[in-house]
Amino acid sequence: MATRHSRSAARLMMAPAVILLLGWMLVPLTMTVFFSFKQYLPMRGDSLERGLDWVGFENYARFIGSSSFWPSVQATLMIVGGVLVITVALGILLAILLDQPFWGQGVVRILVIAPFFVMPTVSALVWKNMFMDPVNGMFAHLWRFFGAQPVSWMSDASVQSIIIIVSWQWLPFATLILLTAIQSLDSEQLEAAEMDGAPVLSRFLHIVLPHLGRAITIVILIQTIFLLSIFAEIFVTTGGSFGTRTLTYLIFQRVVDSQNIGLGSAGGVYAIILANIIALFLMRIVGKNLDR
Amino acid sequence: MGRITLDKVRKAFGDVEVIPPLDLQIEDGEFVVFVGPSGCGKSTLLRMIAGLEDLSGGQIRIDGKDATNAPPARRGLAMVFQSYALYPHMSVRRNIAFPLRMAGLDKAEQDRRVAAAAEVLNLTDYLDRRPGQLSGGQRQRVAIGRAIVREPSAFLFDEPLSNLDAALRVGMRLEISELHNRLCTTMIYVTHDQVEAMTMADRIVVLRAGQIEQVGTPLELYRSPRNTFVAGFIGSPKMNLVSGEIASRHGAETIGIRPEHIAVSDSGGEWHGRVGVSEHLGSDTFFHVACEGIPDPVTVRVGGEVGVRHGDEVWLTPDPDQLHRFDKQGLRIT
Ligand SMILES: Nc1ncnc2c1ncn2[C@@H]1O[C@H](COP(=O)(O)OP(=O)(O)OP(=O)(O)O)[C@@H](O)[C@H]1O
Ligand SMILES: [Mg+2]
Repeated sequence: MATRHSRSAARLMMAPAVILLLGWMLVPLTMTVFFSFKQYLPMRGDSLERGLDWVGFENYARFIGSSSFWPSVQATLMIVGGVLVITVALGILLAILLDQPFWGQGVVRILVIAPFFVMPTVSALVWKNMFMDPVNGMFAHLWRFFGAQPVSWMSDASVQSIIIIVSWQWLPFATLILLTAIQSLDSEQLEAAEMDGAPVLSRFLHIVLPHLGRAITIVILIQTIFLLSIFAEIFVTTGGSFGTRTLTYLIFQRVVDSQNIGLGSAGGVYAIILANIIALFLMRIVGKNLDR
Repeated sequence: MGRITLDKVRKAFGDVEVIPPLDLQIEDGEFVVFVGPSGCGKSTLLRMIAGLEDLSGGQIRIDGKDATNAPPARRGLAMVFQSYALYPHMSVRRNIAFPLRMAGLDKAEQDRRVAAAAEVLNLTDYLDRRPGQLSGGQRQRVAIGRAIVREPSAFLFDEPLSNLDAALRVGMRLEISELHNRLCTTMIYVTHDQVEAMTMADRIVVLRAGQIEQVGTPLELYRSPRNTFVAGFIGSPKMNLVSGEIASRHGAETIGIRPEHIAVSDSGGEWHGRVGVSEHLGSDTFFHVACEGIPDPVTVRVGGEVGVRHGDEVWLTPDPDQLHRFDKQGLRIT
């Protein structure tokens, strides 16, 4: 795009895509903001044709003021944090293992990626019914085999269950990114460290981990964005009970169960703000890491 | 102390024997250079000494002690890699201090040794930079700095200068030689550049296909190469090797004569030919002369500028005292 002419031609040709994407984003966003300032209860006969009452910030105040708000923020952070810790830690471990030469490497690598292709609804149902069912689940049999009382996962360890299920889904992603990062590590650096007298653990801490820093931040950034909005896994397992009501789930309940579109929209705006704060925060970390 | 003994050392990758059993004795304080064409096993041999590559057979002794199965860190050797292998996320200071930190030295002693190494290598101003912010020559010096702070019993260099430009290479060559004179530590240096080998080495080891062709001082190799391979490998430009009828006149299968040992005349001499390409270096001139009865052009070196042009007819006379004779197996006839 060297000349002015080619630059304006490029702009012209990109315009449809840009306009489409902007519309795609802006229309729902504007509608959410619009509804959040209105009283909109379809069951009580409110509708767009008859005009909605302007209620100012009442929806916002009620959403925050509700007793479920702070627990839902807490549940969101616990689930996102837990999944991030598990996927990054296990991802590094798996990536290191998969980087070792062994027989059947290609097949194993494909198998490791497989969970990523299973739909969230399906995998959550499989986990719930085949592994975590307190009567017939694999875990229940395992617990009984060792003479222990089976855990009723969905009620007694509900947040942990969700974390396990979601971690299982996202582990392949983390592993894949970290594996490519590990493969790009210059083996001479490890050999130099070996000659410098660094034992295995020091080599990991001083050479491998800093090398992975960038990949880890990227994994955290991308996963956070997706994990903030997990829904299907909660919907088909606990249905938001037993402390697994995340912010996303709370909004869903406000809109669909309570049929309060205005209140739900206000929650949606909060969620957007929260996601942006986190994204901004992470971007700065990534930016700092990418500079080096 | 850094006496390194290789005793019937052997290396095979799968079925391919890269290094057949090989014996070599490296004395304390010696500067030994391994040279050989690409793929002859120089790096492999060096990495076996370093402990980064397992032996398929034989024994390595360092200062008389068996080190065949010792891990790299226990051998007391330091290595400078071709790619420098600096730690990119650490500052120059932390790079150089890394081996000391791993050895558990206290902070004050670390700082003292790093400062001393930086002083020697002219790195004092760059200690807080990262490797990515340094030039190739500076990175090379950091790599050397990281090696010297450990005060190893021997240094191993794997083509440390091959990533540098020609001018810098000459400079670093001198610096490494200087370092060797000051530290008097054993150094093993791998290169395929025979000029580096000739200028730096106390002893040169010429390798071909994992086998030692000849070991000797640079001048020994230059004056009496043991076979045609060494004769052709050492010296720049290459020795002229002539076989056939002309060689049998001298009672040999092949004769060799270095370009600097041929006299040029425009009136008469032993070989008659026509001048092809001539290379003028200012201090010297190299002619490539196509001679009757010799398939390859003969390279001749003449000091200074000479008024011989492309296409001129010349007569060449090899200096009989400097003529190398080789038998059917390519071995030197004495
Ligand atoms: N890991 C390996 N597996 C199989 N063969 C190898 C391995 N490493 C080296 N080789 C072979 O061993 C031979 C010697 O390799 P080496 O790297 O020692 O050569 P070199 O003399 O250092 O060459 P260069 O001057 O190009 O660096 C080569 O033929 C190479 O193909
Ligand atoms: Mg090599």
